[in-house]
Amino acid sequence: MTAVTDEVLTFDEAMAGFDPVLGFEVHVELNTRTKMFSSAANAFGDVPNTNVTEVDLGLPGVLPVVNGKAVEYAIKLGLALNCQIAETCGFARKNYFYPDTPKNFQTSQYDDPIAHDGWLDVELEDGTVFRVEIERAHMEEDAGKLTHVGGASGRIQDAAHSLVDYNRAGVPLIEIVTKPIAGVGERAPELARAYVTAVRDIVKNLGISDARMERGNVRCDANVSLMPKGTAAFGTRTETKNVNSTRAVAHAVTYEIQRQAAILKAGGSIVQETRHWHEDTRTTTSGRPKSDADDYRYFPEPDLVPIVTTPEWIEELRAQLPEPPAERRKRLKADWGFSDEEFRDVVNAGVLDEIADTIAAGATAAAARKWWMGEIARLANVEGKDIPELGVSPADVVEVEALIAEKTINDKIAKQVLGFVAAGEGSPRAIVEARSLAVVSDDGALTTAVQDAIAQNPGVVEKIRGGKLQAIGALIGPVMKATRGQADAGRVREIVMEQLGVTE
Amino acid sequence: MSAITREDVAHLARLAHIRMDEQELDKMSGELAVIMDAVAAVSEVAGDDVPPTSHPIPLTNVFREDEPGEMLSQEQALAMAPEAEDGQFRVPAILDGE
Repeated sequence: MTAVTDEVLTFDEAMAGFDPVLGFEVHVELNTRTKMFSSAANAFGDVPNTNVTEVDLGLPGVLPVVNGKAVEYAIKLGLALNCQIAETCGFARKNYFYPDTPKNFQTSQYDDPIAHDGWLDVELEDGTVFRVEIERAHMEEDAGKLTHVGGASGRIQDAAHSLVDYNRAGVPLIEIVTKPIAGVGERAPELARAYVTAVRDIVKNLGISDARMERGNVRCDANVSLMPKGTAAFGTRTETKNVNSTRAVAHAVTYEIQRQAAILKAGGSIVQETRHWHEDTRTTTSGRPKSDADDYRYFPEPDLVPIVTTPEWIEELRAQLPEPPAERRKRLKADWGFSDEEFRDVVNAGVLDEIADTIAAGATAAAARKWWMGEIARLANVEGKDIPELGVSPADVVEVEALIAEKTINDKIAKQVLGFVAAGEGSPRAIVEARSLAVVSDDGALTTAVQDAIAQNPGVVEKIRGGKLQAIGALIGPVMKATRGQADAGRVREIVMEQLGVTE
Repeated sequence: MSAITREDVAHLARLAHIRMDEQELDKMSGELAVIMDAVAAVSEVAGDDVPPTSHPIPLTNVFREDEPGEMLSQEQALAMAPEAEDGQFRVPAILDGE
């Protein structure tokens, strides 16, 4: 397949002529211990084709059984998205042939999703809140993982054959579908990113998914269409599949707006189709024509009986919901007294939980922010890691603060100690002990070192006695060397002056 | 009442990956139309007040505990593969446009 470069308008040109309409389908992999319909382990990164049962491989005569925990998770997510929870719902077979689905159908929900008609308030970067209406959230199962082999590019178009790992087949999924989102204008890419981020934060906060987009725990299909400015009829949409980072969702929406605008402006029409996202070129290419729902020949899954929810059950689950992320952020910002900018930086750095835990363990908000956004962020940047993955815990930060408060170490040594913590050398106190990093504030030891320095630098001593107090620095150096940098420089200066009988 | 056209049958056959020749398409469009008409008779009896039955037994909420159970080994799983490679099922490259 040859690379096709589509004509695009600039984003500003596109916005001058058209209003975008968006829609998102976000798939969330649940972190239940087992799969949706079998008791095979739900785990990432295991040896291929070991987390499988007869059910996952679609062998003849097997019977699926619903994972009750996955249903609870689906209801919790529905409640967190302000949805109505269906009184009764069931599963359906979505029929299609593809080697990642060994049964030749995906067990999903069709016209009776477990949750429907909700909304989610999404906060944009400047604090503007945009309400996204949720059409439905339904339960289904993931497909196996295909690896395309033989082509130089690793892309399916060039592959000679494919390998299939069914460990992921049957992993519980919830698909969240929005209603068409109009009226967002030029902020469409920003909203796309903010929406997916908000969904990711909610499922992580609920504890129902590991929510790691780089592992495909949260995956987004982005629908984009354009209407000429001043009109209200939706245009033909495209669906860009599997955009798997919050940043890429914004890029994919931007690109589709630019591409479709160029076609429409030239008098062409948009083909309703799925499109593939290419992270390397930040472009999309044509996939397959979008199938009609009829082509999937959905029908009720005869092997699974309906699910009936009671108000009691729903209320029991509602009572277990944690504070929603947006409300929690509002509360923490007020509690900590951070400015808008300081708080936004903390959120963007992904250390909200770390700072909250550090404060809960006894540090002040200012100290917690200083360390997490300062030295720890710097270390993470050097290592090329996300801050939470560096290996420094909130307890470590609290211990460092305690060591400073009791004057065992100073700020400068504290930074070194954090580096050693990140390197896995143990707790801050153990590191200070093992590496003899405690600040020397014992006057006896300092006086001895000062006396040695005086004895070895008669010329300097003469200058100081003659009134050149700035020469004291030449004696502090050797003292620092003798104490391996752990002397308190201010105290050393005082002792030098006492010893030489000079005053300021 | 039902009109199952030859094109409908050809489309369904393609979706179901069933190869049918011209003669079979003619035969099936006739037979399916008869079946559709027979099933359609049900709608004449069942009004809007009768919910469709997808399950004959009145059971609901059959759930499993979220406890891992016995699984197949990789050897057992791959024993059923037409071809295997590197611990995985080997299949022909299939473009998603078919």
